[in-house]
Amino acid sequence: MASANPEIIHRALEKGAVTAVRYRFMERLLLVGAGVFGLLSLVTEGRLLLGLCLALLSVSAYRSIKHSRLLTAALTGLGSLFTAYVLLSFVDAVDNPAQGFWFQVIASWLLAWMCVEQLAAIKTLSRIYATALNILIPVLFGVWLLILWELLTRGFNVPQVLLPAPSLIAERFVESPHILWADFQQTFLKAVLIGYALGCGAGFIIAILIDRSPFLQRGLLPIGNLVSALPIVGVAPIMVMWFGFDWPSKAAVVIIMTFFPMLVNTVAGLSAAGAMQHDLMKTYAAGYWQSLFKLRLPEALPFIFNALKINSTLAMIGAIVAEFFGTPTVGMGFRISTEVGRMNVDMVWAEIAVAAVAGSLFYGAIALTERVFTFWHPSNRS
Amino acid sequence: MSDKQHPNDAVINIDKLSLTFPSNDGDVHALSDIDLSINRGDFVSFIGPSGCGKTTLLRVIADLEQATAGSIDVNGMSPHEARLARAYGYVFQAASLYPWRTIAKNIALPLEIMGLKGKLIRERVQRNMELVDLAGFEKKYPWQLSGGMQQRVSIARALAVEPDLLLMDEPFGALDEIVRDHLNEQLLKLWAQTNKTIVFVTHSIPEAVYLSNRIVVMSPRPGRIYDIIDSDLPRDRELSIRETPEFLALANRVRDGLRAGHSYDEVA
Repeated sequence: MASANPEIIHRALEKGAVTAVRYRFMERLLLVGAGVFGLLSLVTEGRLLLGLCLALLSVSAYRSIKHSRLLTAALTGLGSLFTAYVLLSFVDAVDNPAQGFWFQVIASWLLAWMCVEQLAAIKTLSRIYATALNILIPVLFGVWLLILWELLTRGFNVPQVLLPAPSLIAERFVESPHILWADFQQTFLKAVLIGYALGCGAGFIIAILIDRSPFLQRGLLPIGNLVSALPIVGVAPIMVMWFGFDWPSKAAVVIIMTFFPMLVNTVAGLSAAGAMQHDLMKTYAAGYWQSLFKLRLPEALPFIFNALKINSTLAMIGAIVAEFFGTPTVGMGFRISTEVGRMNVDMVWAEIAVAAVAGSLFYGAIALTERVFTFWHPSNRS
Repeated sequence: MSDKQHPNDAVINIDKLSLTFPSNDGDVHALSDIDLSINRGDFVSFIGPSGCGKTTLLRVIADLEQATAGSIDVNGMSPHEARLARAYGYVFQAASLYPWRTIAKNIALPLEIMGLKGKLIRERVQRNMELVDLAGFEKKYPWQLSGGMQQRVSIARALAVEPDLLLMDEPFGALDEIVRDHLNEQLLKLWAQTNKTIVFVTHSIPEAVYLSNRIVVMSPRPGRIYDIIDSDLPRDRELSIRETPEFLALANRVRDGLRAGHSYDEVA
């Protein structure tokens, strides 16, 4: 291989194109595919201008890749978004879209794929640039997932009850912010957050309390493991009987669901410190509480955050499912179960979207906090 | 060496000390009938093959293990009292620094536990970091340092307690030859500067001979003292002393002792 030729490498560096010195097979395949489908659409009743546009985009991307990945990514990315926009604008006008339409969808989608490929292949030392790429790539991916969903449901006239188009869900979302907000308040801000805080807090405190009692540890931990394996939402009807229809019964379910994972993880974390580190504290004549705060709790933090992350998803599931068993006429779980019965599936999806966003943000916030507190852990070191 | 006869000057007195661990295959005699006294200002090395009880003996001095027979006193107290009085600093085989603390904070750890105040802690941390040649690394984290530097931090941490007695358990065992030589040199300088009593466990003959003024040769099963060698090498030593005939003679005597104590190998 002549790749070691410094002259060539130097010239490549000068052109700022080190990352694009050679084609990969995948890239050729994607662009050739996009071009072929673009042209195919012309002979199968596709829109003439759009087909030409797609073919042209493929060819120019094929040329540009030699110069810069960024240029190629911009060309294919913007091209695919533009063509998708055109496709979306007339998908309803066509009754039973012909083959040509779907060929154009495929070509446009291949261009988007190519764009993500290019962005993912860019190597950079600049932090801002890297962060921008890390955000841009999943966003593009997600946007294209929505575009395909929209095109498929509308193009194939999928019945709304089975799967509404994202645009319909978005419409419903914008139309009913009050209902969604009230549901979010009832389920997330009350049941989830309060239940989560109490469940995790109690698990943590009990773990510290039983730390000095081998008897309680041996008795409670097997029960903890058993309970963690049970489908605890099953107790939701009982909690409704105990605590009534409003949010406290849902918070109770969340407490039960989150308590034992936190207990088991904290106990495991407290015994994570090694023998040598315990000996070290002993040579300093450190007391129980000093060892606890200076050695064992920091050592337990990764375990505790693990439980916090697991519990964030458990709490969402618990609170929503618990509402299926009886609630006042508000709440995300209540809305999902009633709107399904009334065939308002777009509302159900809107609630699911709210739950997904809230759950992700919740999890993300915990993960970020974890990074701050356990920056020293081998998995987080930079 | 004349002051050695002074009984008041003994920092550690060990008399007929034994330690037996119970196990499924019968008792393990980790230490048997140990008689030893260590004087103020001594640099004593325990050397021997694995299983000879050299680390166990050090741990008994530090009250990390308890003897099952015989007596031991450290600074005129029982090891337990000496530990509670923070009479010694202990350096482990691994640096065992806390990764969530900066270097300065790691050295401050024992001082925080002792309940010292901020200004005093800062002074002592600064002084001991300079002593091990690590000034300027205060804000680094342990994992950002090399193994040799980490071990130096752990020595500074042990010194920060300002003990008269320093117990070191194969502190340089995991380091490469060059770093080890360098740290040996630094340790000798430190000994000369601070005039501490140092008890040092090693399995390296050159290290033991280079560092110590007394070498305790131990042998296994049961763990016992085979020979105690007084070194007449001058206290002020360069690394080059290791090529001198006096040094080699001492090293040979240690080697012979280790070999003789090792004779069980042929039996087993």
